[in-house]
Amino acid sequence: MFRNVAELVELASTQNKKISDIMIEQEMEVTGRSREKILEQMNVNLTVMEQAVERGLKGVTSHSGLTGGDAVLLQKYIQSGKSLCGDTILDAVSKAVATNEVNAAMGTICATPTAGSAGVVPGTLFAVRDKLNPTREQMISFLFTSGAFGFVVANNASISGAAGGCQAEVGSAAGMAAAAIVEMAGGTPAQCAEAMAITLKNMLGLVCDPVAGLVEVPCVKRNAMGAANAMVAADMALAGITSRIPCDEVIDAMYKIGQTMPTALKETAQGGLAATPTGRRLEAKIFGIPHVHGEQQ
Amino acid sequence: MKYKSVFDIIGPVMIGPSSSHTAGAARIGRVARSLFGREPKWAKISFYGSFAQTYKGHGTDVAIIGGLLDFDTFDERIISSISIAQTNGMEITFIEEEAIPNHPNTAKVFIGDEHGELELVGISIGGGKIEIIELNGFELRLSGHHPAILVVHNDRFGAIASVSNILASHELNIGHMEVSRKEKGMLALMTIEVDQNIDDSVIKELEALDHVVKVAKIVD
Repeated sequence: MFRNVAELVELASTQNKKISDIMIEQEMEVTGRSREKILEQMNVNLTVMEQAVERGLKGVTSHSGLTGGDAVLLQKYIQSGKSLCGDTILDAVSKAVATNEVNAAMGTICATPTAGSAGVVPGTLFAVRDKLNPTREQMISFLFTSGAFGFVVANNASISGAAGGCQAEVGSAAGMAAAAIVEMAGGTPAQCAEAMAITLKNMLGLVCDPVAGLVEVPCVKRNAMGAANAMVAADMALAGITSRIPCDEVIDAMYKIGQTMPTALKETAQGGLAATPTGRRLEAKIFGIPHVHGEQQ
Repeated sequence: MKYKSVFDIIGPVMIGPSSSHTAGAARIGRVARSLFGREPKWAKISFYGSFAQTYKGHGTDVAIIGGLLDFDTFDERIISSISIAQTNGMEITFIEEEAIPNHPNTAKVFIGDEHGELELVGISIGGGKIEIIELNGFELRLSGHHPAILVVHNDRFGAIASVSNILASHELNIGHMEVSRKEKGMLALMTIEVDQNIDDSVIKELEALDHVVKVAKIVD
């Protein structure tokens, strides 16, 4: 059983296997279930992700009205051919947004690793699918590879915004996605770890400050940028760029930053964007309650 | 290792918007429901920490009531659970507690009907994973690292042996076990962590035992 990224990479490298293979084998060992059953369950999760993206790309709106429709705007923009940073990356962003818009509308999603950060992994997966043309099995492997890295973060740090801020949610999701993109694109296990490290380093310190406590503002756009971050970091790792700080130490830094982060910035809707005048005004409007903090109306 | 399965990370499939505040809350409610054994007539839910601050926005309230109605995390009826519960005649109270809990996402579920009551404290630790830390005043010291079951039983000789015999017959190894009771000869509680997942058929077999009142899985 691997306890950290170094052990995970070591296991995969010495046995000449992929990270996803190591994760599947560990799952078989821990749960006593067959490979077929485990792959089938992941296939179900993949289908849920696919349906959420499709639904989001048709356009949804949340009950509060704060989010929805941005995935559609972005798809139209891509089709206009005017995009500056490239179609694949914007496609990933749009599909991440689609998933989180469905989540905000209380639709059905698959948490990866959480619901608030559920857009990043499927967003990047379905964007690189169109570029790399993977088989269904390879797409399932993508989820096992992300799962393996998320597993290390969850056990050695945190994947909860209430415990570690947004860096623990979208930060972890982006790192997981970056690693999985690298594997799908043919990178080595070590390059997967570099991509995770590069991504997470750029998510450190990100607070969890949801307006009105809703998983909408800024969560949807943080998933957008998490997906973009993952795509860029994956390309960097595939180019041969490495992180000076090893992946496990970046994860540990994320954990310690989360512990010292004030409670007001950990999913309590008391600080950050939630406490801005507009954030408070939206909160009062949605719940019909007089607001105590921030701007008076 | 708190998380042991890849599906703790890639999963659960759930109704949005929050794995800890929606899916986790539904699971806490559902454990209470399965331990209570029937739909309660009333429910007093206390929210602490982040749960107290943000439960409305995250649908924590509808999720926990959905759990009390035995809905799974992906059951779309969660969205309208409060009106379903009220139609069934359930009286619901939500309390925003100010006390600072040890864990930021803590909920106390106090439910009952004319036949009995149950009080349970659960925490939602992230990604939809939960731990039950207190049941009817019994403090539970579960690592959360392994599948676990709670066995409510009458404090009689042989009750513990009969439970462990059934687990042994299914080749389930007990990694950690605790027995607590409030008064000699009264209701008692076995907390058992095992190495493998426990099938529902085993749970049914355990429940059929003399002196066993109720069995619930609390960690998958």
